[in-house]
Amino acid sequence: MSRLSKRFDDLKAEGRGGFIPFVTAYDPDINTFKKILAGLPEAGADVIEIGVPFTDPAADGPSIQAAGQRALKAGASLKGTLEIIRDFRKTNNETPIVLMGYFNPIYRMGCEKFANVAAEAGVDGLITVDLPPEEEEELRGPVQSAGLDIVRLIAPTTDDNRLPNVLKHASGFIYYVSIAGITGTTTPTIDSIELAAKRLRKHTKLPLAVGFGIRTPELANAVSRTADAAVVGSAVVERVAANLDANGNALPGLVDDVLHLVKSLSDGVRTRS
Amino acid sequence: MILKAVLTMSPEGVNSFRAGPDESGRFGLFGGRYVAETLMPLILEVEQAYHNARKDPEFLRLMDYYLAHYVGRPSPLYFAERLTAHLGGAKIYLKRDELNHTGSHKANNVLGQVLLAKRMGKTRIIAETGAGQHGVATATFCALFDIPCVVYMGATDVERQAPNVARMKLLGAEVRPVTSGSRTLKDAMNEGLRDWVAHVHDTYYVIGTAAGPHPYPEMVRDFQSVIGRETREQIIAAEGRLPDTLIACIGGGSNAIGLFHPFLDDQDVEMFGVEAAGRGVETGEHAAAIGGGKPGVLHGNRTYLLQDDDGQIAEAHSISAGLDYPGIGPEHSWLAQQGRVQYVNATDEEALEAFQTCARLEGIIPALEPAHALAFVLRWAGSQPKDKLVVMNMCGRGDKDVFAVAQHLGLPI
Ligand SMILES: Cc1ncc(COP(=O)(O)O)c(C=O)c1O
Repeated sequence: MSRLSKRFDDLKAEGRGGFIPFVTAYDPDINTFKKILAGLPEAGADVIEIGVPFTDPAADGPSIQAAGQRALKAGASLKGTLEIIRDFRKTNNETPIVLMGYFNPIYRMGCEKFANVAAEAGVDGLITVDLPPEEEEELRGPVQSAGLDIVRLIAPTTDDNRLPNVLKHASGFIYYVSIAGITGTTTPTIDSIELAAKRLRKHTKLPLAVGFGIRTPELANAVSRTADAAVVGSAVVERVAANLDANGNALPGLVDDVLHLVKSLSDGVRTRS
Repeated sequence: MILKAVLTMSPEGVNSFRAGPDESGRFGLFGGRYVAETLMPLILEVEQAYHNARKDPEFLRLMDYYLAHYVGRPSPLYFAERLTAHLGGAKIYLKRDELNHTGSHKANNVLGQVLLAKRMGKTRIIAETGAGQHGVATATFCALFDIPCVVYMGATDVERQAPNVARMKLLGAEVRPVTSGSRTLKDAMNEGLRDWVAHVHDTYYVIGTAAGPHPYPEMVRDFQSVIGRETREQIIAAEGRLPDTLIACIGGGSNAIGLFHPFLDDQDVEMFGVEAAGRGVETGEHAAAIGGGKPGVLHGNRTYLLQDDDGQIAEAHSISAGLDYPGIGPEHSWLAQQGRVQYVNATDEEALEAFQTCARLEGIIPALEPAHALAFVLRWAGSQPKDKLVVMNMCGRGDKDVFAVAQHLGLPI
């Protein structure tokens, strides 16, 4: 059983939704990032989503754009990101890792090579933002043979006609983009998420994660009651940005502060009253 | 009549260079629809709407009407006698698309897309712009058709194309400077896509070149092909035969594909696309996607791109804001791979030289973009036989560049 399936099964057994923080690889520098990553499971991350920096992140809002730019300045690459994950796996074999990124770095590396290296490094799933099902074939084969899950994004604009096609090769979980917009800009209402969850559950038995506009422990909690997991990205990378000096270097308390935020969000998800 | 907005529906057989794209928007390996799921339903809607529109006589009638009475088509095909004598080789014609209303070929495309947006019931228009010509054309048609308009423009370009920024504002558009990334055209396009994702229901994105996700490369090409169709009739009227050579500059490739496309199946017509070599392709500071790039995926399509080994997009460099883009439309990537069109380039210096030569010899101040095509003509035409017929697309006028060029040349203004 894949790490992702096992984790969602365990969550179900525990009777709670999961919490998925998003962090950008190499943000703000490789060593600080490694420390954040290492601390995430302890801080309550049920799954970790790692953003692979790209020069032209057309689906991301200002916060994640800025994180990507910091990361690229710090020497980020897809290859380096996979190395970091390989290291992480030496001490953690349970927490699933999902890569979120854009297709060009993967294409440049070669789909087959990427799939094999990623699987071997300990990546569990893949979200490729600019690769809709219609364009996915060349990556799907290699990724499926390597045993990675293909996590599909579903948007408010994805209508019922389109849904079956979008869900066709999805595995691991599905990711509902809760706003028609870029990451971290507006906040969805819980009502709209409940409606969407109801609709999606009719079409799939896969676990459902929801993200793109969730910032507070309260909303994360509400979302995790309707869906199977809540994803928080912009709020987390903004916390990184808030702990930089004027030159963009990490201040001493950065790692603790970011993990503290993650802890409060995951506690929010775990609260059942 | 020359205008006739016949939007080609690939009637040619499989052996045609004009048959693409296929149903999934591909030209061979290139093209496609690499967009986020949020946009995908919208892209499919645009495709459907465009395919209906181009079969609708009323849509074609409106195109013809505004092209003739508002844009000022057909544009002349002018025998550049002094330039020809100066070079002493091939006979050079200029296709005068710089005489269009708004000053470039961009109007041909924007008219079509704004009419399409209206048909689709969209109430807000967005666009990206580099040199500002596409932004000005979009602002113009939005004024004419009374639709609110937002134009994204890299902060660097806002500075170097100041006259066009003022024009857009006068026309009632909102110009939003883009400070992310390299602050030029590619970043303006990212912002355009981001805006669109956030306003899917009421907004139409007018892309300014023959790139982006399907159906844009096809649609923009079809709208720009009026250039080549007119050229065909005009050169036959003037010379009694087809031209031997077509030459056009390449940013994303819309003016070039517009000139080339109606001739692609005429085997004897050779074609040169001129990319911007900036400070020289060998310096790495250039905008020659085919000359110095590799296939990759950006802005919705697979095409040649300037990029590093990690697949990060490289910053382009060109003195011309309209050519300062690290990619090229997918149909050009395919035509390059097929060997049907030859892609060459010209440096900043050569373009500046050509800019001045053209002004002095022909009394035409070209935009810096076609000055690159002209630079290739200056380098090449002298060695060609005198009976060779060449058509170069003079796709824009240089009013917008006058101050920047004067500054480069150290002229007091
Ligand atoms: C006058 C002119 N020519 C050419 C271009 C380049 O675009 P394309 O290659 O799509 O014709 C531009 C773009 O801004 C332009 O303004």
